[in-house]
Amino acid sequence: MTAVAIEGVWKFYGDYPALRDVQLTAEPGSCLALIGRNGAGKTTLLRTVAGFSRPGRGKIKIFGTDPRETATRSKMGFIGHGISVYDELSALENLTLFGQLYSLPDPRKSAMEWLERTGLERVRNGLVREFSRGMRQRLAVARAFLHEPSLLLLDEPFTALDDRAIAVLQRLLREALAAGKTIVMSTHQLREALELASHVALLNRGQVAFHGPRTPEMVSDPGYVYARYGETA
Amino acid sequence: MSFARQVLVVALKDLRAELRTKEAINASFAFALVVLLLFSFAFDPEAETTREISGGLLWIVFAFAGTLVLNRSFARELPNDCLDALVAAPISGAALFLGKAFANFVLVMAMELVSLPVFCIFNNVGTPVSKQLGPILLVMMLGTWGLTVIGTIFSALTVNIRLREVMLPMLTYPILVPALMGAMLITKGLVLGHPLSGDLVTWLKMLMGFDLIYTAVSLVLVETVLVG
Amino acid sequence: MREKILYVLGALAVVILVWNINTIVPLPAERNQGVVFKIIFFHVPLAISAMLASGVALIASVMFLITKNFEYDALAVSVTEVGLALLAGNLVTGSIWGRQAWGIWWAWDARLTSALVCWLLYAGYLMLRNAIEEPTQRATFAAVFSIFAFIDVPIVIFSIKWWRTQHPQPVFWGGGSFPADWLPHFLWNMLAIALVAALMVDVRLRQEESQRELDSLRRMAHAI
Repeated sequence: MTAVAIEGVWKFYGDYPALRDVQLTAEPGSCLALIGRNGAGKTTLLRTVAGFSRPGRGKIKIFGTDPRETATRSKMGFIGHGISVYDELSALENLTLFGQLYSLPDPRKSAMEWLERTGLERVRNGLVREFSRGMRQRLAVARAFLHEPSLLLLDEPFTALDDRAIAVLQRLLREALAAGKTIVMSTHQLREALELASHVALLNRGQVAFHGPRTPEMVSDPGYVYARYGETA
Repeated sequence: MSFARQVLVVALKDLRAELRTKEAINASFAFALVVLLLFSFAFDPEAETTREISGGLLWIVFAFAGTLVLNRSFARELPNDCLDALVAAPISGAALFLGKAFANFVLVMAMELVSLPVFCIFNNVGTPVSKQLGPILLVMMLGTWGLTVIGTIFSALTVNIRLREVMLPMLTYPILVPALMGAMLITKGLVLGHPLSGDLVTWLKMLMGFDLIYTAVSLVLVETVLVG
Repeated sequence: MREKILYVLGALAVVILVWNINTIVPLPAERNQGVVFKIIFFHVPLAISAMLASGVALIASVMFLITKNFEYDALAVSVTEVGLALLAGNLVTGSIWGRQAWGIWWAWDARLTSALVCWLLYAGYLMLRNAIEEPTQRATFAAVFSIFAFIDVPIVIFSIKWWRTQHPQPVFWGGGSFPADWLPHFLWNMLAIALVAALMVDVRLRQEESQRELDSLRRMAHAI
């Protein structure tokens, strides 16, 4: 069964179509890199797939079901522009909270485990508002991976990450792919993303201009896809 | 996870976060005390008429100070885009709403329970209030639940908009007119020494009806507000 | 074509109103309250039209939430705005009547108070709309609020009426008798006011359509 099936999706802001007849799929175990200029609709598409808003037309299916179904949501992890953890709570409290929300059998244990995997176990009782930027980002990653989602949706995850956080994220993503998880990632950092990607899709003004497997040319010259399939100038 | 447990997790999260920063609750307490003080200047506490209107005044304090708490309800999810994480989590919108509503209820009731003795002292109504404490607490809970339900759902409705702090009271108070009116009249009657019977009971039933209807409507519509 | 119908209806409404006013003016003055009682020919139809508007707003809001069709959103806002104007007319005529009959500009009479609260409710709807930029979110949130407001209307009317039966006060409209042979004139006025209201809704609808088109063109221009 396809991990993500986006079928004829349109998204409107008033009468303006931010997404036009988007048709995309992602198979389990693949990593789809979503590229495109600012305003092309990458964030809108990811958020619609994640279930934050409904498409105006068309359907989205995650593992064959609607993204808003509770069972489906437990299989999805999302990292957006914000870190989505609470400043007033500690790192451990935050992850335990999300562990509870995702009905993990032992939220505290899972929380501790992921704090270790992201290198935050020593600051587990520190309040998030006291964290450095890199620490906050690593905690965001821990939150998204905590419930071992089968599908990861990441909106420009490498943007504004420090080196340590980039290394952690890349390691975790590789491990996830090796374990058969699916990743859909929008990105400007073509190099980091294209190394991981198995497939690439180019969005241009809300439409899919290109969708296909990642080729060696794309990795060696990240501007290749834009030049070949995007608009000139 | 069962619905009840989801509600509890969300409610405890809100309460823990609020008790750590105490932003909303402190502002609410302070505001309530200041308004009570100002009422003492406006109305002579010795006069018999003040005793009569005191029940109504109390609810003005509760409504205004309560809004400070209710405003924070969904606004606290804005920094760091925490609302995204809550909406994405496998809990129903209804559980999210109810959890927040319960947390708000606890916080607003806390403010009211602190304001009540101060109110009694300032207006010399300590004896009549203590005689009717049970019924007064009942009215407080029913009225506060109405205030909380409307305030919480409208907090979700106004979370992303300009001038949120102004919009929330402006939208909430007209809707709350029947509930506030009922609560004021019952409290006024109780403070004047009337027993909870006859007309007052009818108002109580209206208040309960208001609470039930709007809780149901909010539970149905919250998913639309959160996801659209 | 649509415009022609509008002009005809508009002319019709004006004709009915003028003819009706001509008929009402010579009617005998009411025993207790004099000439000003005739304001009832406007006061009550305005209220009835406003209530109709509120009902249409509810239906439009629910239909929008179900179909996501922006025509329903346009209808909801148009009808609510016109309804607010009608209700304001009701409040003003009520106040004038009170001033003439009782010497006071306002009394907490049950119907006038209910009208005021309902006015505030729907004014809130418009303020909410003004505060939300994005059209889809604006339409959705406004529709939700409209549902809350509509449910409140009967609760407000009932509870304020009940409050007034417990604490009776001068009833603004009490003490006047409405002769049966005035009924046809009343109904004609009702028709005329309803027609004018429908016209205003239509004008507003077209303005809303243009606005939507402008918005999406603007967004499209920015995206290029």
